[in-house]
Amino acid sequence: MSSPLLSVQNITKQFGGLTAVDAVSLDAEAGRITGLIGPNGAGKTTLFAVISGFETPTSGAIQFAGRDITKMRVHERAHAGIARTFQIVQPFAGLSVRDNIAVGAYLRHRKRDAALAKAESVAHAVGLAPLLDQAAWSLTVAGRKRLELARALATEPRLLLLDEVLAGLNPSEIRDMLPVIQSICASGVTVLMIEHVMQAVMSLCDALIVLSQGRIIASGAPAGVARDPRVIEAYLGHGASERMQALASEGPHA
Amino acid sequence: MTRMMHQTAYWPILVVAAAFALLPLGLTSTALLNFLSFAMIIALAAQGWNVIGGFGGQFSFGHAAFFGTGAYAMALLQVRFGVNPWLALPLATVLGGCAGCIIGYLSFRARLRGSYFALVTLAFAEVLRILANAWSFTGAAAGVLVPLRLDPVHMQFSDRRAFYWLALLLVAIVLGASRFILRSRFGAQLIAIRENEDAARALGVDTLVVKLKALAISAAITATAGALYTQKFLYLDASLAYGSWISVDALLAPIIGGLGTVFGPLVGTLVLLGLGEITKILFAQITGGALPGVDLVAFGVLLILCVAFAPRGVMGLAARTLIKPRRATS
Repeated sequence: MSSPLLSVQNITKQFGGLTAVDAVSLDAEAGRITGLIGPNGAGKTTLFAVISGFETPTSGAIQFAGRDITKMRVHERAHAGIARTFQIVQPFAGLSVRDNIAVGAYLRHRKRDAALAKAESVAHAVGLAPLLDQAAWSLTVAGRKRLELARALATEPRLLLLDEVLAGLNPSEIRDMLPVIQSICASGVTVLMIEHVMQAVMSLCDALIVLSQGRIIASGAPAGVARDPRVIEAYLGHGASERMQALASEGPHA
Repeated sequence: MTRMMHQTAYWPILVVAAAFALLPLGLTSTALLNFLSFAMIIALAAQGWNVIGGFGGQFSFGHAAFFGTGAYAMALLQVRFGVNPWLALPLATVLGGCAGCIIGYLSFRARLRGSYFALVTLAFAEVLRILANAWSFTGAAAGVLVPLRLDPVHMQFSDRRAFYWLALLLVAIVLGASRFILRSRFGAQLIAIRENEDAARALGVDTLVVKLKALAISAAITATAGALYTQKFLYLDASLAYGSWISVDALLAPIIGGLGTVFGPLVGTLVLLGLGEITKILFAQITGGALPGVDLVAFGVLLILCVAFAPRGVMGLAARTLIKPRRATS
């Protein structure tokens, strides 16, 4: 297998006495969708912040495309090809959807016409085309999530960090978003996504990594990870795995 | 098609500049011409403030630091070094830009935002005022007097309209530059910082460099206004050049006119100064005496009204009333 696009090596992040991320190592294989799951407070978003450069790790290193980026600043990582979305959406509220996406497009297109054209094509790709001239503050939650995605995509990243882009969407909106994320990956962008919507995680991700209390407790193919007793316990509490197995052995319920 | 769009973006500026240029041909009142000349100087200072405050969302309370630097540079270059004012003017602009770089680097590097940035700029202006007031090189408390030499070679005109046109020309250039910035990559990144600094960083915007550039441009423009002030009044002291009055005017005019708009600072200046003059005249007529600072009371009232009822200033109000009828019919 080729070397991974992103390689997180032994990253620890402490906030005072709290260890949010504890010696985490993970890889995101190029051209794939890797899912990062785990209960609330597991350190997923902190890990994203470290990868995108918003937080400096207490120890450990990050390799991206064969380069050590641990000391790079946020905007330099964006230039290198890392884009992120925010769990709590951060639109440029006063600007139109078009101008929002254009800020991302300006990273690789210096000319206004080129940046605006790029913004338009990205808007088409994520289904925001009809809303191009609307103000960002007037968008629905689903619209804002798409805008987060569009802005990040407009930077033409090699690695896209998606922080709960499906959270807060209703089932039909989620169904609309899945093909968008799949087509992003198909276009050659490596995706690392934090997600709580399990149905989406199972259908989208090529590999899953489970974080709990700052540590990786399981990783591998989605189906295997979902059956892992440690994962079930992390989500449902101690003993949950045994109870579920007991229930399962009683036979299927109608 | 795009070529045409590029041109149409600058049309209103040409029209407004032409209208203002023709104004003194019909008006012969010296008082009005003085008012307009002064308004152009303040408008220029306000346009400078608008670049960092309006486009970039970084509210400076101390643009007097740049206004004063430009004003003193203009005066001292002439008086102490014998530099011709036509050369001293661009030098004052550059020196103002340098002051912006230094103050910007010190405050943005320390990640000062919001009210902290405002307070630090205010402090810088005050420090410079006290220094200028004490140092013999700047004339200390006595100030500097630029010798009267009524000759266009020395940027002193016997026809008052010439100075007005010079100031107007600079205002018009900055109107064009503001429009250009708004339509550029730099402008998009600057506005992105105003709207959400973290999101801008995530999209690859080097926020430190963009803010520094913006403050340097902003300071250079405001310093040019200071240089014009020197040349108009040919006298300067620390409380004129570095006084908080100009910080307040440079900040209030864009807010009242329309933050982050091309015409906001100019419109706001005319409203602000016009109201100030009217207040002073009315007060004098009613009470029979003058009360220094009564115009500031009017400014305060205007600011409160503006924040409460027209948060996007006169330009926003105009856009709203022009667009409303169309919405009602659709």
